[in-house]
Amino acid sequence: MLNYKKLVKFLGFKLGTLMILLMAVSVISFILIEISPTDPVRIYVGEMSISQEKLNDLNEYWGVNQSLYVKVVNWLDNLAHGNLGISLIYRIPVTEVISERFSASFMLMFLSWIFSGVLGFFLGVLAGFKRGTFIDKGVKIYSYVIYAAPVFWIAMILLMIFSVELGWFPSGLAVPIGKVSGSVTLLEWLHRLVLPVLTLSITGIAQIALFTRSKLIEVSSSDYFLFAKARGEKGWSLIKRHGIRNILLPAITLQFLSFSELFGGTVLVEQVFSYPGLGQAAVTAGTQSDIPLLLGIVLVSTIFVFCGNSIADLLYKFVDPRIRESEANDF
Amino acid sequence: MTFDKKKFQSPYSFLFGNINLRTKTLLIIALVGLILITIVINSLFINLDNITTNFAIKNSQPSFQHPFGTDWMGRDMLSRTMKGLGLSVTIGALASILSVVISIFLGLLSTLGKYFDYTVNGLTDLFLSIPHILLIMLISISLGGGITGIVVGVSLTHWTSLTRLLRAEIKQINTSTYVKISKNFGKTKWWIAKHHLLPLLLPQIVVGTIIVFPHAIMHEASVTFLGFGLSPHEPAIGVILAESMKYLSNGAWWLAFFPGLSLLIIVLLFDVIGDNVQRLLDPTQANE
Repeated sequence: MLNYKKLVKFLGFKLGTLMILLMAVSVISFILIEISPTDPVRIYVGEMSISQEKLNDLNEYWGVNQSLYVKVVNWLDNLAHGNLGISLIYRIPVTEVISERFSASFMLMFLSWIFSGVLGFFLGVLAGFKRGTFIDKGVKIYSYVIYAAPVFWIAMILLMIFSVELGWFPSGLAVPIGKVSGSVTLLEWLHRLVLPVLTLSITGIAQIALFTRSKLIEVSSSDYFLFAKARGEKGWSLIKRHGIRNILLPAITLQFLSFSELFGGTVLVEQVFSYPGLGQAAVTAGTQSDIPLLLGIVLVSTIFVFCGNSIADLLYKFVDPRIRESEANDF
Repeated sequence: MTFDKKKFQSPYSFLFGNINLRTKTLLIIALVGLILITIVINSLFINLDNITTNFAIKNSQPSFQHPFGTDWMGRDMLSRTMKGLGLSVTIGALASILSVVISIFLGLLSTLGKYFDYTVNGLTDLFLSIPHILLIMLISISLGGGITGIVVGVSLTHWTSLTRLLRAEIKQINTSTYVKISKNFGKTKWWIAKHHLLPLLLPQIVVGTIIVFPHAIMHEASVTFLGFGLSPHEPAIGVILAESMKYLSNGAWWLAFFPGLSLLIIVLLFDVIGDNVQRLLDPTQANE
């Protein structure tokens, strides 16, 4: 059974780690931006012509001339109060931009994560089961090729086939032109979600399929598998009872560990399909030097990746019976 | 027991017939290496000024004169793609060599003491916790863009896995008896590192460099595609693909298809080299 005391201790430990990690990430990303040659005040002012006096006032107001130490402490202090600043592009608080965009990105990531996981696992099992046949070779070649292909290129190919040639899907913009984002029906929204999700699923399959395949082959050479065969078990029931049971958990763990790549893929796919999610906001913030927004997105993505890694850890430590029962399991 | 010859044939047997596996591996490495070097050298001789703009043939489909078609200014896409590939491979090479240097340094550093080990471990976790693309974007902005920003950004995000590997490997070697005997003889840490560690780590380092390469190229292409680092005058593959985005809706499929496909082939070639070098240097892992 689950050891609740241990679980609470584990979660507490993870929360502490997250706090330290966030602090480190925010300080490092702040310093990285600080040494960059772009001048945030200049960007805030924009194209307006402005007198030197006024500029000095603004510099004074934003605290440009303070020492790096004071700046970092101020930044951390604001972060601790949940104040991420105001986005320079959208002119609304960064937290608002992020919360609005994150739900759009989350939907995209969640769907493709599920699809790629299920399909990849299935293909991996199939390839491992039918090892050496043309199915196996097909899955392997597919995985290698997709693994070598840039995500955004696949997105562009799909866009060309399905939007430009066939005209099934709109090319970009999650909200139809001339409509307020609030009035979009669920169906319209889903319609625009299809291609991005398809891209991320196609590319996500490769890793999990190759992993599942090699795991299944590994399991197939184990003693218990051989013994089951000797007892006369065969075919699908053999795979289900002795194969899948043993490889499902590592595969799910791997899928949780891939949050970082998933986020990276989302950034690229959102850019190609002009899907208004967090990734697109990050790219816009980066190219137009909207520093508060960019730093906010870095922090949110760090939390996101950390959650994935922690869930993987949790699964590994508390769900796997072999490790759950072992005495050596304390951290 | 009968000897099943078919089982021991390499997947490339249709190409090379029945020469032994080692020779075959060497041949494959040489061949693929030659292709890649040709691409880089070839790209050096393509002068961008010679890719003339000719509006009479703008946006023309692939043909015998222009196998990859022409773009919206009538420039030959084949030459542009080749030039871009050369640039991408060069940036990828620089970045992966740099990242391996970082890995070796941190791997050796981690063995100096408990606190060094903690620091290296913490750094690894820290760099793994931010999505690579965002971190490369941040570093590129921080260095004010340009090729330097991309190279530094990519190399600072790709050292983690090799560092972990080297760290584990070094720890293992350090527990071996011959290292202990050397220590008892009063040899310095540097002497042990040079005579015991490096020769054993060299295969890992070589394979590590080649394995990092495809990832480095891919990240370089992704980040330049998003518009960071390189200006439109430096046509890396990412920049070419970003430009072709604007012409997709006109049905100019060749602008995006061929450059992307060439990048895919380059990455696959590096995978082939990586697999084969691994097979050559580490025969125990050669058999799948």
